[in-house]
Amino acid sequence: MSRLAVPKTYKLFVAGAFRRSESGRTYPVVDARGTFAANVPAASRKDLRDAVQASRRAFPAWSGTTAYNRGQVLYRIAEVMEGRRAQFADEVRRTSGVGRARAEEEVDAAIDLWVWYAGWSDKLVQVAGGANPVAGPFFNLSVTEPTGVAAIVAPQESGLVGLVSVVAPALVAGNTVVAMAARRHPFAAVGLAEVLATSDVPCGTVNILTGDPGELMPVAAAHADVNALDLTGAGALEWVDAQIAAAETLKRVLTPVPGPATRSLQRILAFTETKTIWHTTSTR
Amino acid sequence: MSVTEGFTDYAPAPQARSLVTLRDEYGLFVDGRFVRGHGTPIEAIAPASGERLATVTTASPADIDLAVAAARRAYEGVWSSMTGSRRGRYLYRIARIVQERSRELAVAESLDNGKPIKETRDVDVPLVAAWFFYYAGWADKLDYAGLGSSPRPLGVAAQVIPWNFPLLMLSWKIAPALAAGNTVVLKPAETTSLTALLFAEILQQAELPAGVVNIVAGAGDAGRTLVEHPGVDKIAFTGSTAVGRQIARSVAGTDKRLTLELGGKAANIVFDDAPIDQAIEGIVNGIFFNQGEVCSAGSRLIVQESVADEVVERLKRRLATLRMGDPLDKNTDIGAINSAEQLERITRLCAVGEAEGATRWTSDVAVPEAGFWFPPTIFTGVAPAHRIAREEIFGPVLSVLTFRTPAEAIAKANNTPYGLSAGIWTDKGSRMLAVADRLRAGVVWVNTFNRFDPSSPFGGYKESGYGREGGRHGLAAYLAPGGDMEAGVRSGEGRALARSRSAAENSDEGSVSRAAVELAGGGKGKEKGAHR
Amino acid sequence: MIEVTDLRDAALRPARRAIDVLGTDAGEAALARYLRGIPGVDAVGLEQRAASLAGRSIKTTSKARALDLVISLVDLTTLEGADTPGKVRDLAAKALRPDPSDRTAPMVAAVCVYSDMVPYAVEALGAGHDGTHRAGVAVASVATAFPSGRASRAVKLAQVAEAVEAGADEIDMVIDRGAFLAGRFGQVFDEIVAVRETCRRPDGGRAHLKVILETGELATYDNVRRASWLAILAGADFIKTSTGKVSPAATLPVTLCMLEVVRDWYRMSGERVGVKPAGGIRTAKDAIRYLVTVAETAGEEWLTPDLFRIGASSLVGDVLMQRQKIALGRYSGPDYVTV
Repeated sequence: MSRLAVPKTYKLFVAGAFRRSESGRTYPVVDARGTFAANVPAASRKDLRDAVQASRRAFPAWSGTTAYNRGQVLYRIAEVMEGRRAQFADEVRRTSGVGRARAEEEVDAAIDLWVWYAGWSDKLVQVAGGANPVAGPFFNLSVTEPTGVAAIVAPQESGLVGLVSVVAPALVAGNTVVAMAARRHPFAAVGLAEVLATSDVPCGTVNILTGDPGELMPVAAAHADVNALDLTGAGALEWVDAQIAAAETLKRVLTPVPGPATRSLQRILAFTETKTIWHTTSTR
Repeated sequence: MSVTEGFTDYAPAPQARSLVTLRDEYGLFVDGRFVRGHGTPIEAIAPASGERLATVTTASPADIDLAVAAARRAYEGVWSSMTGSRRGRYLYRIARIVQERSRELAVAESLDNGKPIKETRDVDVPLVAAWFFYYAGWADKLDYAGLGSSPRPLGVAAQVIPWNFPLLMLSWKIAPALAAGNTVVLKPAETTSLTALLFAEILQQAELPAGVVNIVAGAGDAGRTLVEHPGVDKIAFTGSTAVGRQIARSVAGTDKRLTLELGGKAANIVFDDAPIDQAIEGIVNGIFFNQGEVCSAGSRLIVQESVADEVVERLKRRLATLRMGDPLDKNTDIGAINSAEQLERITRLCAVGEAEGATRWTSDVAVPEAGFWFPPTIFTGVAPAHRIAREEIFGPVLSVLTFRTPAEAIAKANNTPYGLSAGIWTDKGSRMLAVADRLRAGVVWVNTFNRFDPSSPFGGYKESGYGREGGRHGLAAYLAPGGDMEAGVRSGEGRALARSRSAAENSDEGSVSRAAVELAGGGKGKEKGAHR
Repeated sequence: MIEVTDLRDAALRPARRAIDVLGTDAGEAALARYLRGIPGVDAVGLEQRAASLAGRSIKTTSKARALDLVISLVDLTTLEGADTPGKVRDLAAKALRPDPSDRTAPMVAAVCVYSDMVPYAVEALGAGHDGTHRAGVAVASVATAFPSGRASRAVKLAQVAEAVEAGADEIDMVIDRGAFLAGRFGQVFDEIVAVRETCRRPDGGRAHLKVILETGELATYDNVRRASWLAILAGADFIKTSTGKVSPAATLPVTLCMLEVVRDWYRMSGERVGVKPAGGIRTAKDAIRYLVTVAETAGEEWLTPDLFRIGASSLVGDVLMQRQKIALGRYSGPDYVTV
């Protein structure tokens, strides 16, 4: 008799812990052939609220971490993913149905994205900021700082590389993140959460919610403690309403892009603020 | 022998008003010509006296159509295809003519806005020239703006500006837009259109091609028509957070790029080791510059308890030397409030401050009878929960709060939905840097306040808006990343991403600017929704 | 064996103000702590404030009044190696009647000369000499090895005694900048106290003491501010910017900085100390900027010769030309005023 497998219970990743939805809701996820694969938590408004709260709590520490350290933390994510390459390839294949080679390609792309973004941590300010030659006896310097708590709708077509392509740029700048995973591809997202939990990412810095982004997005868009809204993956949703709601507290908004976002400095900068500091200069 | 009595009762020292010849009626500036607007005319009033200065005809929706169409024609026909160096030359010309006519512009600005000639002459107008001079030099160097090679202009920019710095805000808007290759339809504020129309004469003298800059006077409805116009590609707005929010809603789902410079409630933090006399000057400059009608005004003084009484006492003594009155008098420190409406708002919020239990102190200055005036006012005993500690008053009214530790100062400073500017006064470098680091504000002035420069980015966090004006950042707000950057990296699916990865590594990542990629989903080749 | 004494704890010569502020037992260490505890000065902010005060526009009636005021506040000065009794006599005549063609022009406050010229100044002023400068012109003498101050204390005090004896109403001493910059505040302090004592006259009166900080050598505004406090605590009647022999001499920001100190001292003690910028103030326009700065910083009550002086040699000529312009409605020229 063949071995009876032990299936995983999928959970939300909030404040560094894996938990069920407070609502108790789940939804069935099917594999590429349409067969039932697993019940996955359907995050509620309250789960989102908790995730935002966790992100806000984590923000001072994460944004205050040295750029060098932040880069290492992101690189560490890549390292840990590399060690679980096979698991991720399985998770990608499970819902997308692609062959092993293509699945591995996607995993590699995701890992490479982490490495690429990790390197930006301590270059960003140098590239986007700098000294300004003002006409007067002043030292004047512009630096980039993270915007704050970013709520992100991950690309819905791709479970892994899409999610990484939106989380990594927000994270490397020092933002904390509430990510709404692709509804049909939650396995890799939960896999990524497990990587985050076991690498060096502080609790609450990234929160990953599975469920219906269409339900969560409007709540995030209206939430006053969310500073930035990434609708990259919201192309098929009612994203214009979310953009309108986001205007209430003047959130920074990125509008939908078909497919996963690509390596982009502009994407990092979209969720940064430029702070300019003036100080008098004199020897007298 | 020593006739000292009343030395500071300085005799009037009026700037000659004859430097400005105002026409009886002004219209719109569309397609290089002055034309009559078909909206409800506005009477331009001198806020210091109530005197009528001129009638300004305003833009009807049809007029705005014409202005946008003229800007589009100029964009497609002339401006976007002109070499950068040629565009730059026009901007240099404008800068020089502003310098040549600077005193005339200063007088006109003081008349129309009510602010002291000292400020228009020494701050506003010199900065206008500096802004054009700075961006003139960018026009043929766009490849170095950090957006890849040959970044593209966005098209027609709709620009709506406030009444507190009419000409300066105009320059913040027009100079970078033109340098980047955009054309402009600008709407000045309802109560301050005159200098924008004088500026249009400068554009004629500079022989700027028709339609590159169009100026349409009008009230809020005209602004709304303009920003919601489908022929507009970029919106730049400076004004209230309420209107900014409305605009942000209106661009949702469109391809329009948006930058917003909105309200503020800046904290000016004074530590007990501050250079005390300069801190007092900085507090004065922070809240009484331009009658406090400054979005970056240091309207919340957050002072260490151990020196709070002394600081407030020194401040009051200092305020006793401020001179309020005729904006055209060279010795006037505090001019008129811009409008009856604004005066009403300031008066109302001060009444709220009193009702909420804060202690009001008002400077004992003579208040002129005609016009709109508000004497310098300080509220002490203000708690963070008071409305005067939270709402932007936009007037010469300072709320004083106290703190005991740096952490408390930072917490109080950041406890606002705004995040435009902040001030720090201390002699201790390490603390200064650490506090500056933790303040959630776009501009932090240390041991100084309210300084502006074209090379220095200005703009807010949170509800103070998004985007920066000034410097390379301000230029980027009018550009889309270079076309060469899109081809290599735009991709539809993960597989394509994976395939393009090696190519991208070889070709793109060596150059930082080239790694900055398109966020857009096509359509007219414009960057879509990349709100910065 | 060498006996080690901690100079920094040396007792200070007794001076009333210092005792009031620092206590009876305070030594040099307490003085140093006090001076170093004074809040710093931000140079840029100070200079911007001075520039803003300089931007005041004083016109018509205010200007006419200000010009007369300037003349009445001048210490008409000659401090040349080539000075002779004849030069001092010319100076005295000009001091008494600055504009021979216009009797309404006020007298200056004082003539300021080297100590060996004091007898000639007293003689030349004659009946016009009035140490209180109410009804005449006072005689001020620089002393204490002016301008460098590099001499033994005995020599400095001897010079002060000689000048007072010869009839000087005011002594303009220089501080020991070397000692100040080396942090030997007690030494500077004691010297001021000693000079002040030496200013006493047998009749119980005392020549007024102006303490020259030589701000051009102190280099920083923090030093100017500390030195101002030090001089006031030691008993200065006036604090003065410069000798005129070091560049920069008086500047508006330096004077502003010193005015802030006398203002603060007044608020603390109720006692008014004078300020004298000297050197480099050559035009009426310049001088009026100083008056504005005084009036808007310390207060209008400082605009009297008891509390404010301008040390100058050529300023009066320009002021007179401006005066004539107002009186006659046309521009004047240097040939129409006394050299």
